Amino acid sequence: MTPTRRTLMVAIEIATALALCGVAGLAAAQSGETVKVAYIDPLSGSFANIGQNILKTHQLLSQRFGGKANPAGVKFEIVPFDNKASPQESLNALKAAIDQDIRYVVQGQGSGAAAALIDAIAKHNERNPGKEVVLLNYAAVDPDLTNSKCSYWHFRFDADTSMKMEAFTTYMKDEKNIRAVYLINQNYSHGQQVSRYAKEMLARKRPDVKIVGDDLHPLGQVKDFAPYVAKIKASGADSVITGNWGQDLSLLIKAGKDAGLDVTWYTYYAGAAGTPTAIGPGSDGKIKFVYVAHPNIPGDLAKAQEEFRSKFNEDLSTATVYNLYPMLAAAMAKAKSTDPVKVAAAMEGLSIKSHSGDVQMRATDHQLQQALYIAKWQKIDAKYKYNVENTGYTWGQEKMYEPYVASTPTSCQMKRP
Amino acid sequence: MDASTVAISLLNGVSYGLLLFMLSSGLTLIFSMMGVLNFAHASFYMLGAYFGYMVAHQVGFWWGLLLAPLLVGLVGAGFERYCLRKVHKFGHVPELLVTFGLSYVLLELVQLIWGRGAMDFGPPPALQGPLFTLIDSSRDGLGAVIGQAAPALCKSAVAELTLRCTQFPAMRGFMMAMALLMLASVWLLLTRTRIGLVIQAALTHPQVVESLGHNVPRVFMLVFGGGAALAGLAGVIGGSAFVTEPGMAAAVGSISFVVVVVGGMGSLAGAFLASLLIGVLQTFAVAIDASLLSVFQALGVTLTPQSPGYPLWKLTLSQVAPILPYLLLVLMLVLRPKGLLGTREG
Repeated sequence: MTPTRRTLMVAIEIATALALCGVAGLAAAQSGETVKVAYIDPLSGSFANIGQNILKTHQLLSQRFGGKANPAGVKFEIVPFDNKASPQESLNALKAAIDQDIRYVVQGQGSGAAAALIDAIAKHNERNPGKEVVLLNYAAVDPDLTNSKCSYWHFRFDADTSMKMEAFTTYMKDEKNIRAVYLINQNYSHGQQVSRYAKEMLARKRPDVKIVGDDLHPLGQVKDFAPYVAKIKASGADSVITGNWGQDLSLLIKAGKDAGLDVTWYTYYAGAAGTPTAIGPGSDGKIKFVYVAHPNIPGDLAKAQEEFRSKFNEDLSTATVYNLYPMLAAAMAKAKSTDPVKVAAAMEGLSIKSHSGDVQMRATDHQLQQALYIAKWQKIDAKYKYNVENTGYTWGQEKMYEPYVASTPTSCQMKRP
Repeated sequence: MDASTVAISLLNGVSYGLLLFMLSSGLTLIFSMMGVLNFAHASFYMLGAYFGYMVAHQVGFWWGLLLAPLLVGLVGAGFERYCLRKVHKFGHVPELLVTFGLSYVLLELVQLIWGRGAMDFGPPPALQGPLFTLIDSSRDGLGAVIGQAAPALCKSAVAELTLRCTQFPAMRGFMMAMALLMLASVWLLLTRTRIGLVIQAALTHPQVVESLGHNVPRVFMLVFGGGAALAGLAGVIGGSAFVTEPGMAAAVGSISFVVVVVGGMGSLAGAFLASLLIGVLQTFAVAIDASLLSVFQALGVTLTPQSPGYPLWKLTLSQVAPILPYLLLVLMLVLRPKGLLGTREG
């Protein structure tokens, strides 16, 4: 672009801006802007189907909460980047996003990738003042990310592993018929943490419950879970706690069904995209999951789910994203700017109304404090109508826990700019 | 471990081993007949599952079980006729590379056509549910009933009697029966029929067989197509029993090579032994929670988390179960390179 043309463009932009201000009257400076958001998650490889489903979730919800519906008057545009489920590729994607002048990143599938991004963004922000980037994490649940590895530039909208286990164990405290619990998890950081917190919290809340097994199996490698099921059976467990997700969860539950294993499954991810289809009908009331939502919460979230279903013929199951965009918009309205530095500062301690009541971004560690739900797998009935992935089954609410119940303390001491 | 756990683990191990055998028998056949190490073999397994899924959704599972292996066999024969035969004259390395390339092409094709997610492909209604139920009673010992046991047989009314029921899925029983049937028919075909004799003769003396008026390239095409069809059959059964998704080829590809090497390259009986061994080994390893730590403890040495190498000592046998077959592979290559029942060295 030649200097004269650039001058001309700037002149036109200023003129347009002035004209818009004239029309909008007292509208804030950021109103009418389009904010680009980089989605850095797997779009190929074995987890691609979940990645694609969540990309659509981001696209639909960012549109729903952008433009007129947005208190800041800002429109969002999602720019997808494929990180191939690898921390290294995530860094390349981040670099590409920064090169395109994108200042907001959303990521969630995999705490390894999240940790790499947090680290790289902290370094980038230190070296490039005026070009700061903010990471909005909707699903990476490693508690370390808001404790020992916490960062000012990272905000988490999902409840972490320890918070979900607090909710589960609080629930199990009142389930008097639980006598023996079996832990089976994937052998990597997430699975190991689920196993650790389960042991810790059960010992605190239900010291009478025996842990009769604690298995770690390789991530995504096991196709035949029958040997594990035989082991669970032999242990005499009546309940199984598992942080497994995807096929590692559906194959485990299916193998249990085949062998006639009569246990209650306490899972983290039975509600994740694709898993209900794989589990299929049956096991009424025997599969439970803990999350920030379930599909039968009346209100605007339900409408968003319907819209998603009619548009993509899939289920909107990543409800954490439903809090992300309103929170981001509210922070922009409060900061009267889309500058990530000001928005990050505005987001600290910010509260918004959500499907589960008030949710607040805790200032000390940037962990969203929100209610958690425990739901059980059951046939559709008059009360719980949402037909999950057209299986004829749904998630019926068992319990809702207010934010303080599942809140866990933090050791975070973040460096503030 | 009590009797019912041992029994069910043994059954699980044997049935999984037999599925492995179905998968690797084609691989070892192709290798023994043609000297080609077929890297795309597990892809034919995957293709079998997807074809089976397609046919099963149109006209039912049993047609899928019949037609899918035939379709996969056709694909395999076509590949041999139009690709493998062309590179045959350049030696074994180009042959190996072309099958390697095929495995990638098939994977990408499957992902393009059916997507990356898992398919909704399960056993037919006749094979759902248990084949029999093992009842472990503290009074009468181990017993079994056909099909689902009545609830009264599994729930004890009195405190001093404990009952425990374990079901053995019908699909796994079917898997075992199919594998044995396959072993018998392949063996009969190779040793008792005219075409089997021609195949065996073509292996060692192709020129003589050709001069006797047999079409040796067509024999090779039949062998390759037949081997692929066997993998396809294993795919329909494995895909409906476990999961049908693009990752299924990679998941079983390496283990089928272990079976072939441990059993002895090219030996059908060796592959049978090796797959049973690996199936049972893996199943029982999962059930055992002992680690080197407990071995040390038995010897009177107590280790703490501060001891050198602690993370290694505390690994339990159940955690390392998935790598045991590969350990077996390395040991076998070091100690007995020709495998269990192999005939040639190295």
